[in-house]
Amino acid sequence: MSSLSKRHKIELIAVGVIAVFFIVIFPLLNAHGAVSNFTINLWGKYLCYALLAISVDLLWGYTGLLSLGQALFFSLGGYMMGMYLMRMIGDLGQYKKPIPDFLVFLGWTDLPKFWVPFSSFPFASAMVLLVPGLLALVFGFLAFRSRVKGVYFSILTQALTYGASLMFFRNDMLMGGNNGFTDFKFILGYDLRDASTQRGLFIATALVLLVVYVALRLLSHTKFGLVQRAIRDGENRVLFSGYATAHFKLFIFIVAALIAAVAGALYVPQVGIINPSEMTPDKSLEAVVWCAVGGRATLVGPIIGAIGVNSLKSWASRAAPDYWLVILGGLFVIVVLLLPGGIVSIPARLKALWQRFKKKPAEPEPTSSGDSSASIPPASESKPSA
Amino acid sequence: MLASDDARKIQLVASLAGESDNAIEPLLKAWREDALYLYEPTEGARVPVLLVGEKDDNDGRAAVRVDTGASLVDADGKSLRLVAADLDAVEHTSALRRAMKGVLDLLDVASPDRKKRLQAIQTIGFSQDAEKLPALQKRLDMENDAAVKRSLREAIAVTRLKDPAANVKLSALKELQELHSLSSYDLIRNAMRDAETVGDKQTAAAAKLALSAIDKHKSTINFFGTLFRGLSLGSILLIVAIGLAITFGLMGVINMAHGEMIAVGAYTTYLVENVFGAGITIPFFGFSLSIPGIHASGVFYQSYFLFALPLSFLAAALVGIGLERSIIRFLYRRPLESLLATWGVSLLLQQGLKLMFGSNNVQVSSPSYLSGNWTVNDIIFGWNRVFVIGFAGLIVFGVWLILTKTPLGLLIRSVMQNRNMASCMGVRTERVNMLTFGLGSGLAGLAGAFISQIGNVGPSLGQNYIVDCFMTVVVGGVGNLAGTIYSAIGIGLVDQSLQQILLNPVLGKILVLVAIILFLQWRPSGLFVTRSRNLDD
Repeated sequence: MSSLSKRHKIELIAVGVIAVFFIVIFPLLNAHGAVSNFTINLWGKYLCYALLAISVDLLWGYTGLLSLGQALFFSLGGYMMGMYLMRMIGDLGQYKKPIPDFLVFLGWTDLPKFWVPFSSFPFASAMVLLVPGLLALVFGFLAFRSRVKGVYFSILTQALTYGASLMFFRNDMLMGGNNGFTDFKFILGYDLRDASTQRGLFIATALVLLVVYVALRLLSHTKFGLVQRAIRDGENRVLFSGYATAHFKLFIFIVAALIAAVAGALYVPQVGIINPSEMTPDKSLEAVVWCAVGGRATLVGPIIGAIGVNSLKSWASRAAPDYWLVILGGLFVIVVLLLPGGIVSIPARLKALWQRFKKKPAEPEPTSSGDSSASIPPASESKPSA
Repeated sequence: MLASDDARKIQLVASLAGESDNAIEPLLKAWREDALYLYEPTEGARVPVLLVGEKDDNDGRAAVRVDTGASLVDADGKSLRLVAADLDAVEHTSALRRAMKGVLDLLDVASPDRKKRLQAIQTIGFSQDAEKLPALQKRLDMENDAAVKRSLREAIAVTRLKDPAANVKLSALKELQELHSLSSYDLIRNAMRDAETVGDKQTAAAAKLALSAIDKHKSTINFFGTLFRGLSLGSILLIVAIGLAITFGLMGVINMAHGEMIAVGAYTTYLVENVFGAGITIPFFGFSLSIPGIHASGVFYQSYFLFALPLSFLAAALVGIGLERSIIRFLYRRPLESLLATWGVSLLLQQGLKLMFGSNNVQVSSPSYLSGNWTVNDIIFGWNRVFVIGFAGLIVFGVWLILTKTPLGLLIRSVMQNRNMASCMGVRTERVNMLTFGLGSGLAGLAGAFISQIGNVGPSLGQNYIVDCFMTVVVGGVGNLAGTIYSAIGIGLVDQSLQQILLNPVLGKILVLVAIILFLQWRPSGLFVTRSRNLDD
């Protein structure tokens, strides 16, 4: 911690260069027409996904908690921002009424009470953090208190997400039902369809990503980060060493929920739509794929994974729309079986392979799936049957 | 019938009421629709005739004498062909038509078909037409069928509600109260309002009494109906979850592709149905596989389901064994990763099914013997729901037999209890793993065959059940088949009761999920805890 190793220095420089590129050069190129508006919008989306992937990684890669509820927090953040954006449409909607179109459609003439304060941006921003944060607090408290862990935690978060998506699909939730929110016009007085607004959102996303990255990098070097990883590798030992693991996990769960929520709030104005299909457990699993493909338990991995997999998705959904799911599913199976460390681990693996090759040229290529550093302790096999 | 006088005609027609002669109905119907003609032979009286049969080249059709039912023949004994346009239709006035309609309604009351009779009686009852009372009374004396008798009493009582005399009304209300007839609820309420407006307190009170009796009856029905629906929903959950109780509960493998195993079973049933029918062509990665059908019909076609059951089991078991051999066996010590890898597999299978069978739902016709229902005391027991419950019982019994009474079951239990020890004793644990997983997947396939009979079959079929499956197993207690049974039925009952109370299926479902999360606070390892000294268990 005191003196940065050579590897960390390289990383610091690389991150700095990339950050400058995304925060300064990329938008400048866009302003001068060298990068199309479409591209910058697309990359803005990727960066939001990268944030989501980092939040998954914080839970799964660093703490060993596979949460399938990150999509829920992501879309909750998105919904809160969406409510503000819906209010900003004003009377420019289809029905030319001062309340959102879907409310007119449902027969409302006045704004429901809980919608009123969302006209203010600070309130909406606070809600982006508060609502997912509180949900994470309550759910996390209940789950960790009763020591739900491993796959049970995954299944419970999956159920939570599923239940929430069912709720948001309902019209009388007054959150747009099936169609969700769309057709946004303004944010903070700027026109969302303007290239400069989109550029601003892109820069904001890149900045948030940088801040989150740096903060988590610092966190992972503290004692807290150590305890976090110790919980992943042997929770009971940590517990018996006198650490209240439930509190650590709860804190991390909330932080991850907040990161996901911010990502969602940045995602919605750039994509222009939020609906309950973003909230399904499948979306959470997709984020887990990004994280796994890039390389979990690293901070760069999820970013690489999110951008890589989504670029692949953009390409595949144009080139072979029928086979995108096949590619995604196959990719996942292959990564889990053959490359548990993800893309990030490829250089190290090649190096190891090369060294072995130098020693014994006849040695066949090792295909063992290897022990993953993130595996939770193996489940006991002493289960009597029914 | 040829009487020229209208009043006489009406009287005649009315006298037909209550008779159960099959000839009356078509005749009167034809008359009203101008299809009854008068034929005037060269000599003799005019004869009313019906034209029957196909038109021939000259637009002529064979004629049937109404009074005798015999075909009209000409002098040479050849049947006469008459042309409709050449004949006069028998006339009818509006009063006559009305009389005929009344007779027709009452005719059905005497119909030999029980269902028709019931329906006719209800229609008449709700028209509250006092003129029809005598006919109903007459029928009540003749009727033997208990259900029809009840319906007749109901109809008579409902009709009497309109009676101006207070005591008739009162007795009618009393009768309805005894019968607690659901369908007359609104009519009784109307009667109560009428009585209140005229200030007839006695009648109003009697109506109130009748209403409360009906309400009570209604809640009893709802209670038993909910119980029954809950039981059948629980059975569905049990059927879909019992495979998972084996793969997840006993083996500890998180198989996210369990839902797709169900879909595989359902599509196998669809294939078998098509093979029994007209055959099917499946496009598959650019190739197209054509399976000829055997064009079965009747009982044989209906029995396709019996053939589909073992085939669905086999198909899903094979897919499961393939999955176990190729992926899961590398991940036994890494449950989180097996969750992820099997999710990938579930995507692959979903897309595969989509490419093979299209992304729309396919139709699987359910055998006709599943479509009826059985009504006891106004509670409806659908055959398909009864079938679900029976089927669930059979499957549980089968699984119990396999696990406790067969050598394979013994091996499965030994390996699941202590893999290393079993291995030391010479059990081929790898093979047992494979077979256990095959058994669990095969059970999912059976569930799929079954779901194809009661729900939609589509590529994403499995997604609808996967969360429920996991919930059921987790609530029951992992590693405990009996727990799965209790939790499935418990969740089914709670779900249906909440739906009944909230009148909103989605909200009910959400509340069930919340309830499950809270339940796991209270009992983190489910209903039945598997005792273990291992801290990580």
